[in-house]
Amino acid sequence: MDTTTTATHGASSGTRGTKGPPFLAASPSGGAAARTASASTLVLEVIGWPGHLAGQHVDVRLTAPDGYQAARSYSLAAPTDGDRIEITVQRVPDGEVSSYLADEARDGDVVEVRGPVGGWFVWKPEDSGPVLLVAGGSGVVPLMAMIRSRDGVSPAPFRLIYSVRTPQDRIYDHELRRRATQDGGLEVAFLYTRTVPDGETRSVGRITAEDLIAYGWPADVKPTCYVCGPTAFVETVSDLLVGLGHDPAMIKTERFGPSGP
Amino acid sequence: MNIFTRGFRGRKRDSSGQLPPGQYLTDDFPVLSAGPTPRISLDAWEFTVTTEQGESHRWSWAELMALPAESVTVDVHCVTRWSKLDTVWRGVSLDTLLTDIETEADFALVHSYGGYSTNLPLEDLLGGKAWVAYEYEGEELAPEHGAPARLLVPHLYFWKSAKWVRGIDLMVQDSPGFWEQLGYHDYGDPWREQRYQGD
Amino acid sequence: MDAPTTAVAVYDGNTLAGPLSEVFGVELMTAAGRCRSCGTTSQVATFRVYGPAPGFVGRCPHCEDVLLRLVRTPDALWLDFSGVSALRILIPTDSADEEQQP
Repeated sequence: MDTTTTATHGASSGTRGTKGPPFLAASPSGGAAARTASASTLVLEVIGWPGHLAGQHVDVRLTAPDGYQAARSYSLAAPTDGDRIEITVQRVPDGEVSSYLADEARDGDVVEVRGPVGGWFVWKPEDSGPVLLVAGGSGVVPLMAMIRSRDGVSPAPFRLIYSVRTPQDRIYDHELRRRATQDGGLEVAFLYTRTVPDGETRSVGRITAEDLIAYGWPADVKPTCYVCGPTAFVETVSDLLVGLGHDPAMIKTERFGPSGP
Repeated sequence: MNIFTRGFRGRKRDSSGQLPPGQYLTDDFPVLSAGPTPRISLDAWEFTVTTEQGESHRWSWAELMALPAESVTVDVHCVTRWSKLDTVWRGVSLDTLLTDIETEADFALVHSYGGYSTNLPLEDLLGGKAWVAYEYEGEELAPEHGAPARLLVPHLYFWKSAKWVRGIDLMVQDSPGFWEQLGYHDYGDPWREQRYQGD
Repeated sequence: MDAPTTAVAVYDGNTLAGPLSEVFGVELMTAAGRCRSCGTTSQVATFRVYGPAPGFVGRCPHCEDVLLRLVRTPDALWLDFSGVSALRILIPTDSADEEQQP
């Protein structure tokens, strides 16, 4: 998931005398594994990576030979694994950073990363209460990090509702199905807005209150709700959840930009 | 420490000299927004010029439409590095709007519906260099591009061409606008690459 | 949900975590800011954010007034927090600090 981009010209790295995390050198490792036609996953080796929580971001910065820099913020897709971090990059039309990362970056190239950043849209393994995850499109990425972080560590029951345009747009499709089959504490429901796969009983359409009732948690079990996707999706789902009686303080949201399911 | 990223060049930037330095050509019309798109009904729309003496001159939409309009074909250059050539606009020249206004001011602060503002020297609004534009490529302006009317000052970076324009304060001293308060250049000449203060 | 033809805030405060970490040594996403205009208190992560260029504009989720502006120039970060009349920042205790970076 890519969130924002900032670009500066001629900015030099390593000149910050501040308290936040510094930019660190990072190299792609293991090649880009394409997940869908429009999104691919990249593993980066970051020497000195300090570790992170599920839901946090990393800023990736690229520098051209003439000093031109562009930076983008991506959600981390996997739990802390030593110096390895994983991001999933959604290609955006004319996106200079996403196209580079998805198509150009090779093992051994050097980019810079800063992180982890963001301490609000996070899930910690010691949070044992029920969790509802609602994803629109590539908004599934930080929620996937939560699902993976929970595995074997936390008994917290998770339910994921994942809205995509078509079956081909499901990122982490096989992994989600495998985890849902093997793990009684994880339930996964796919919703389709354009095309349904064979055998799907729900017809195409955007997410509704009925979907949240059928595949989510009742408000009285007080789940923590994480909603991530494009702005309109996030606002729709938040309003529906509040309408179903969920406490607004238990609903955490993250909007990531104009592209969506 | 300088780490270069092999294979990364950013968008291809123009080196032919046809574009200002650091710009790239686009056929799109990107929408940059600092807030929600204001919706202004033509009945309620007003354009107000206020002098340094506090005198206000107002035009309703009907009064603006009654003024002589010009069609212009100009290049526009956004500080975010895209440039667009030969864009066609129709609107009323600021020379027409300001002709009967008595002022000693050297500067202008342009205000928009929605709260945006931008500053520039008054002389850059005069001499056939600026318009209150209400048509783009033969169509009325789209809401996200400033409907019903926007300022058009194409010789400066496009953030000076305030969308949803509602008025101009004429001032003896310069006063920074919305982005100029946060480090952007008070003048903003794309050919001198005046993006930020100090450029 | 195609690219919006009218501008809505496509981001929220979460997207400012990186740039704000350049100048603040504390976690600002969980900080709560009171809107100078309408008095509503919201967490920074929930601000409506427009941008990123020419700069970020964070607006009140309740009244849409400007709460903060942030511009990154080649040699400076410009930050205007003047739309926030007060900011409540959680200070990590020692035990919370351990949780911060597992």
